[in-house]
Amino acid sequence: MKVTVKYFAVCHEMLDRSEEEMQLPEGATVQTILKRLEEEWPEIAEFYEVMQMSVNWEYATENTELTEGDEVALIPPVTGGNNV
Amino acid sequence: MFKITTEVITGAEVREAVAAPDAGAVVLFFGTVRNNTDGRPTKYLEYEAYPPMAEKKMEEIAEEISEKWGIHRVAMIHRVGRLEIGEVSVAVAVASPHRKDGFEACQYAMNRLKQIVPIWKREVWADGEAEWVKPDAVFFENLPERT
Repeated sequence: MKVTVKYFAVCHEMLDRSEEEMQLPEGATVQTILKRLEEEWPEIAEFYEVMQMSVNWEYATENTELTEGDEVALIPPVTGGNNV
Repeated sequence: MFKITTEVITGAEVREAVAAPDAGAVVLFFGTVRNNTDGRPTKYLEYEAYPPMAEKKMEEIAEEISEKWGIHRVAMIHRVGRLEIGEVSVAVAVASPHRKDGFEACQYAMNRLKQIVPIWKREVWADGEAEWVKPDAVFFENLPERT
């Protein structure tokens, strides 16, 4: 199956791209994507602890199963300042 | 009205978005670009958003406010791109029958916005360095449980 993966903020900067299409095996989960990214860029795993993921505009977990055409995003911690 | 925009945010548009004949109060909040963070001079800020998800999450916040206070008139706008010192980055408007609920709901909307709406801030310092701003404590306290 094919899914779209979007990268924002620090992830966008680190991976040097804002989105891409990924070909995944049937039964793939969000974890499948995280592992694939970690192979390319091991340091990204340090961010996994604080990062959230979304599937089709809803927060998801590593175990969320994916289907053809899903839009997945890596969501680094959202910020707006502490005391605004 | 729930939107991510590249345009200048005006008070009039958010106020008009929540106007209602049964409202006795409209609370407006503007977040503006500060010229420093903890004393370090800021040159300008860059905001990035995930627009469709951000707008969806704003709507969810409005639903939460509707459940908690029975207030149905809420508007939220966040600007993205480069913003100069003093410009409005975010605006929240809440119209309510009485001001107490309006103030509370407006505060709640901003707190929730920082927690769940996917928007990021890149601080460009006056000395030329730049960095994505570190998450605030609220974020870590409200991480959804991983299964």
